[in-house]
Amino acid sequence: MGETVAAVVLLAALAVLAAGAAAFDASLAAGRVAIGDPLREAARLLVTQRRRTLLPDAPLRRIGVSGLPLVAVLAAAVLPMGEHAVADLPVGVVWFNGMEVGVWGALWLIGWSVNSVYPLVGGYRFLAQGLAYELPHMFALISAALGAGSLRVADVVAAQRGLWFAVWMPVAFAVYLISALAMAFWGPMNQAVGPDVAGGVPAELSGPDRLVFQAGRYTLLTVASAAAVPLFLGGGAGPALPPWSWTLVKTVAVLALLVWAGHRLPTIRMDRFMAATWLVLIPAVLLQILVVGIVVL
Amino acid sequence: MTAQVVAFWTLAAVAVASGVAVFVTGSMARATFALLASLLAAGLTFLLIDLQYLSFLIIVMMVMEMLIMAVYMVMYMMNPAGLMPMTMVHNRRGAVLIASAVFVLLAVGVLLTPWPARRGAPPPDPTRQLGLSVMGPRMLVMIVIGVAILATMVAAIVLATDRGRYDRSGDEHDRWGRAT
Repeated sequence: MGETVAAVVLLAALAVLAAGAAAFDASLAAGRVAIGDPLREAARLLVTQRRRTLLPDAPLRRIGVSGLPLVAVLAAAVLPMGEHAVADLPVGVVWFNGMEVGVWGALWLIGWSVNSVYPLVGGYRFLAQGLAYELPHMFALISAALGAGSLRVADVVAAQRGLWFAVWMPVAFAVYLISALAMAFWGPMNQAVGPDVAGGVPAELSGPDRLVFQAGRYTLLTVASAAAVPLFLGGGAGPALPPWSWTLVKTVAVLALLVWAGHRLPTIRMDRFMAATWLVLIPAVLLQILVVGIVVL
Repeated sequence: MTAQVVAFWTLAAVAVASGVAVFVTGSMARATFALLASLLAAGLTFLLIDLQYLSFLIIVMMVMEMLIMAVYMVMYMMNPAGLMPMTMVHNRRGAVLIASAVFVLLAVGVLLTPWPARRGAPPPDPTRQLGLSVMGPRMLVMIVIGVAILATMVAAIVLATDRGRYDRSGDEHDRWGRAT
């Protein structure tokens, strides 16, 4: 019973936050307050007829399109909203990681299944990006888990009672934020959906399919931001307000930062990003793990 | 107990069925994802023996690995884009013979092995126990080897991409824009 309520609350919170991110994104893009634009766009897409490409692989497309929001929501299940998560797994950090790599599958499936060049290019680009961001991302998650001595997200939160991990693991936190952008193919890591390939992966999606894809992308960005809160920003800890509201405030802050950064930073080419992650981020975050390991010992 | 048994046989059936699907489908992409489904079902069975960590780790690794595999499987296909129907089976008669022989061998092995009876009870924290049994007294060696493998991977990438054709600023220029 309690879990069902928590799941409904989680879904509602994700929907509101993702819609808020879309509204903020639209406002930044338009240079004016454009809160209604995403809703109008959603309504338009709902009534738009599907455009069909020649010989698409429809089952794979359906799996890919529905998989994107699905993995985002499943990844969010281990994140505590206030005090409790929907599923407080003993290895929640690994679960989060496991669900979030599902994005690789979703994007490649969409890119492949519509039988069109640009989406395919986008799909392959995301796999290359995945190879670039995944290792630093995993090491950033491991830093937080190592600092807490546990893979349970609630324990990671509890370990930050004295000092937030973001404060004494700044490298891991920065790497996490970069990988969060890459995970949601957002801002500087948007080559998979870049304008240079006519929109990339979702280029041939139309109507409800495109709506689900866009909603999935904003949800993914929301979940990536929300995960930074229990992992690095002390979870629901804070003065005066109850834990759920602190979780919400911090999530909104990270989400707003990521959306804003998406409009301020230029796109990084995949091969350059690969060099940067493997030659700079991985050694940096390994040193961070060493420091954390010594402190914990 | 019964729920566990039902879950096991369901996952086993899914694993075998999607394994079969790999060879009956006419598209490399579908074959890849059928194989992924099979591996995920196998990974989920670890949940039934309380090894959540291993289970999720298998999911992470298999999803990443199969997606990279997809790139290579499509790349080495006879029709490059893989957009035409194709068959995943070659040399049917030989394949049937070899597959049957291997199946019989493994099945006989399973039936004839004297499996040990269970001793003791599951530990309260199977993840920790697993780590200790795998690493145990060799923890330091394992960690050093792990870092060495990672350093080798990074070095290999560096060597492989050093003179990539996209790393230059143009013809007769190196990656930093100097004339060569």
